[in-house]
Amino acid sequence: MVYSKREDGRKFDELRKISAKVGIIKRADGSARFQIGDTIAIAAVYGPRELHPKFLQDPEKAVLRCNYDMASFSVTERKKPGPSRRSTEISLVTEKALASVVELDLFPNTAIDVFIQIIQANAGTRCAGICAAAMALAHAGIPMKDMVAAISVGKVGDKIVIDLDKEEEDFEEGATDIPVALTARNKEVTLLQLDGEVSKDELMQAIKLARKGCEEIHNVQIEALKEIYKEDKNGQ
Amino acid sequence: MDNEYIISLVDQGKRLDGRKFDQHREISIETSISKNSEGSARCKMGNTEVLVGVKMDVGTPYPDSPDEGSIVVTTELSPIASPDFELGPPGVEATEIARIVDRGIRESKAVDFKKLCIKSREKCWVFFIDIYPMNDDGNLIDASALGALAALKNTRFTKLENDKPVFGEFTNEKVELDKLPITFTFVKIGKGILVDPHTREEKAAEARLSVAVYNGKIHAMQKGGSKGFTESEIEMMLDLAIKKEKDLKKVIEKAK
Repeated sequence: MVYSKREDGRKFDELRKISAKVGIIKRADGSARFQIGDTIAIAAVYGPRELHPKFLQDPEKAVLRCNYDMASFSVTERKKPGPSRRSTEISLVTEKALASVVELDLFPNTAIDVFIQIIQANAGTRCAGICAAAMALAHAGIPMKDMVAAISVGKVGDKIVIDLDKEEEDFEEGATDIPVALTARNKEVTLLQLDGEVSKDELMQAIKLARKGCEEIHNVQIEALKEIYKEDKNGQ
Repeated sequence: MDNEYIISLVDQGKRLDGRKFDQHREISIETSISKNSEGSARCKMGNTEVLVGVKMDVGTPYPDSPDEGSIVVTTELSPIASPDFELGPPGVEATEIARIVDRGIRESKAVDFKKLCIKSREKCWVFFIDIYPMNDDGNLIDASALGALAALKNTRFTKLENDKPVFGEFTNEKVELDKLPITFTFVKIGKGILVDPHTREEKAAEARLSVAVYNGKIHAMQKGGSKGFTESEIEMMLDLAIKKEKDLKKVIEKAK
């Protein structure tokens, strides 16, 4: 049960290498790429735009719609293209992770569509997708109350760790995976899932660790968003 | 409205972005963009961007070609790439792109299917070539065809143990690409014939022709759009495709 050392040499509270870029899809209203270790997520935002069919419209606010999808070639054994039960659920929790920060009341009767594509997967894809989506929403100029960052924490063997990679997720003697999304300013938890087994103390410790990781991710997100305005200044 | 504007531009011998009628946008190719795939590539034509990944599996040869493997090409027009695309199973447009790419590779014999045979009548490699446009700024057909070729050039075989694939483990053996067919798509707007159309040009076009060329020979064609071409127009497009083959080949030859 003892997990003494991480395969890739990271400390138990250390994230994989992160990079982010905004404005990668020209036709979208907002877009971003977020990479953590070997996991790469791309997100595009379209909207606010007209919502069809009409009966789906909400006269009080915009409808946020998220779609998460993994490219067939993003995993070792080809994933059949198209939606699955897994991707449907992830789309739903992604939407819930982001909905509270977006000023949806400003755009009644419209849709704000978020599309997430995983092009390379090595664990933590839903969190990477949420990080990319939050940046794409900001890049689209949609008013937001706060920023969202997400990271998976968990228990591998006897250790509480942050940012599990694929090998750790598949750890023979058991691993618990806990994806967490946090708003940057208010530190509200907007995504929380778990499969495995942990004690209450371990869970609270893991969430604390996620908070630290999300702060680090948030800084990367903000830097990437600032970068786009630097380019604009140079007349690009 | 926009269509009328584009038609009037073409009448004056002009294009939206100032290109000549026979001029491509800048093309760039990057390979190995996704680690878990056997081969992958990103192909950009101007702002149009397409990702292509190759995955392998072991299948059974078709009864009429017991010593050959095969390829399966799919295209997913995800709404990530354009406000005009919608979620759902591949529609007509996506299927057409996949079929054109498939034919270009298959008919030019770019990949020798015989080399994909593992055991006659029993086992063969099947290549899944999956195309994901990331930004549709027109001419997804040519960008997909070029991206698919680059991804194939980048492909290494999956490890095989007792005739079973070990997914996630690769050999150093690369896929041999015997030929490099280049696909050219033309559109007819008013009286003008334009290569490498932009999205807005595609919308204004009355007719479309895609041609796959290898070594001056034509290996696949697809006519689209609701109007027709004259014989002399067809000849002109074929001449142009054959003339431009060398230029585009240089781009794909560099890809590894």
